[in-house]
Amino acid sequence: MVRSSEDNEKKNLVNKLKDVEISAPIVYGNIAFWLGKKASEYQSHKWTVYVRGATNEDLSVVVKRVVFQLHSSFNNPTRVVESPPFELSESGWGEFEIAITLHFHSDVSERPLHLYHHLKLYPEDDSGSMSVKKSVVVESYDEVVFSEPSEGLFARVQGHPAVIVPRLPAGFSLPPVSAEDADKRKRMDPKDNPLTQWFTIFSEADELLKLAAARQQVQAQIARVRRQLTLIDGQHQQQLKPPSEL
Amino acid sequence: MDAKDILGLPKNSLSIPPEKKSRPQKDSQRKPDGISREVYALTGGVPPPLMPSLDVNQLKKRQKSENEKITWEWLSFTSSARKDDLKLYHWVRVVNGTPPTGDYSFAKYNKSVDVIKYTDEEYEKHLTDPEWTKEETEELFELCERFDLRFVVIADRFSTSRSVEELKNRYYSVSRTILIARAPSLADVSNHPLVKDPYNISQEVDRKRSLSMVLSQTKHQERKDAEVLSEAKKIMEARMAAAKAAQAAELAVTSNASPERMEKAAAAETASPSNIQATSGVAPLMSIAENAAAAAASLRKLKVYLRTYALDQMVQAASSSAGLRTIKRVEQFLQELKVNLKPKVPTKAVCAEHLELRKEILTLLNLQKLLQNKEEGSSYREGSYTETPDTPKDRAFVPDSVSFGAISTERVGKRDQKRKGPGREAPSSPAQSNKRPRKLKATDS
Repeated sequence: MVRSSEDNEKKNLVNKLKDVEISAPIVYGNIAFWLGKKASEYQSHKWTVYVRGATNEDLSVVVKRVVFQLHSSFNNPTRVVESPPFELSESGWGEFEIAITLHFHSDVSERPLHLYHHLKLYPEDDSGSMSVKKSVVVESYDEVVFSEPSEGLFARVQGHPAVIVPRLPAGFSLPPVSAEDADKRKRMDPKDNPLTQWFTIFSEADELLKLAAARQQVQAQIARVRRQLTLIDGQHQQQLKPPSEL
Repeated sequence: MDAKDILGLPKNSLSIPPEKKSRPQKDSQRKPDGISREVYALTGGVPPPLMPSLDVNQLKKRQKSENEKITWEWLSFTSSARKDDLKLYHWVRVVNGTPPTGDYSFAKYNKSVDVIKYTDEEYEKHLTDPEWTKEETEELFELCERFDLRFVVIADRFSTSRSVEELKNRYYSVSRTILIARAPSLADVSNHPLVKDPYNISQEVDRKRSLSMVLSQTKHQERKDAEVLSEAKKIMEARMAAAKAAQAAELAVTSNASPERMEKAAAAETASPSNIQATSGVAPLMSIAENAAAAAASLRKLKVYLRTYALDQMVQAASSSAGLRTIKRVEQFLQELKVNLKPKVPTKAVCAEHLELRKEILTLLNLQKLLQNKEEGSSYREGSYTETPDTPKDRAFVPDSVSFGAISTERVGKRDQKRKGPGREAPSSPAQSNKRPRKLKATDS
């Protein structure tokens, strides 16, 4: 069977890369401001719920749209955000759980992914020192893992700052990224989002250090217990020999 | 206003929704409407759908229209179901004179079975059987006719003791043979149920035996069966995962990973027959490997998932052999080590480290338990029989292993209560004379 080179390329784009995963680190959460003098009983806070790239990069490379499902008492509680920044602002007085659904581009996944975030308006310390300037920010870090992506997707997202792409072992050749894709990436720069000043910076270094230290401790204890076990076994051996001497 | 400026939002986009929140809803809920509030609360704010069973208005109004004269008379009747002409009496509803109602209304229920009647010739020709005499067969058919094929009764009344299955077998085979013999051709009868599905006595005996076995199973046996079935299921799933892994092994890239997986799967398979028979300590290790492979396979199937979800699955797979208490202990350990139960920054590296840490803690706990068992075994053997049993307050204490440096090992709990007889070494470290034993703290070292 003779296939044209074009067909071959198309087929290759659909091929899945086994045992390869790419991941997009995201942060989702909300930021809320007390309205101070302007607060009424039913609208005491202004809040924004959002999903962003962990380093404030543009998620639209993989995310097509985000659906925020609000409390049923809101008008049109299903809010769809089609373009970055994937955020939704509202005003209200109540805290509730927001269901966030990420819909991906068709080459990424057919199925959406669900996240849940509890909207936080009131600060932890209930000392009553509510100020219009202070914001309440609650963010959660997570990573969306795309297991065994197609070659086409891999090529498309390679090099994009929002996505972590592993280095492929030698022997893999991918079609080169077209020039227009590279341009599209520069278009929407979420770095000029006014909320950026409140965002948390998540660093894995701290956690890694703690985990490594913990593992060391546990390993030391394991070694110690193992030593004791062999000691006891040695003792038992001795005991077994002269039972009559008791 | 400044908040809106900060956020850079247009000033008209405020929606009015918050007013519609729960307050107006509560008002509508307070209106009873014939049903109490509690019922509304139970049914979720909606009145339960009711259909009137009786039209209450009709209950007292029922007066018969005066067109006909109704009387009740004590009259005699006969039934076509009876072979004699017995006349019995009962009340009859008479409308303007005696209506000839016809047969007794219950006579139609007098059904009976058409039991085949064979002639002697037919018996000689087709029906002789080494195990059945002619008299027995005749008696059987008589009883079948009399009792409408209720074989339990027939078995009871039968002169020689035969089991229900034997009687059924004889009756059905005789009937079948006669049917086939009398039929002009085999094709005519081949749709008759007797011919299509003949009575299979051995199958019936087996079926009833296994039914009674299932019925008389003790709870203990039930549990064991359930365990064996679930193990078999796990092994099947692991085999499927291994088969998938085998498929993935075709790519050159994974040539390193697959032999390990194949080994694990092969080891799991060889372990499986012995697993089902004996619950060895090896089994939990094998099943953890299977669980991990199964979890990884299911994640790969998902294609898109959250890293936290993946970590949860892997943690569950790793602690599948551990009971709830052990899992709680692992979490406690983590907390003492100042590690978050769920990592705050779940990157790939962090999740991998977290999983490994959990596995190591599990190993440590298992080793400690093992150590403690051995210690108890040794102290029991050395037999300090002079020690008096502990006071009830110290019931749950644990022997300190003096010779190995003062570490307090984990609480044994119930086992202590059983071993009250033989004495124990007295607690040697008064500093640790807590009434409750201390679990091994992460800070001990």
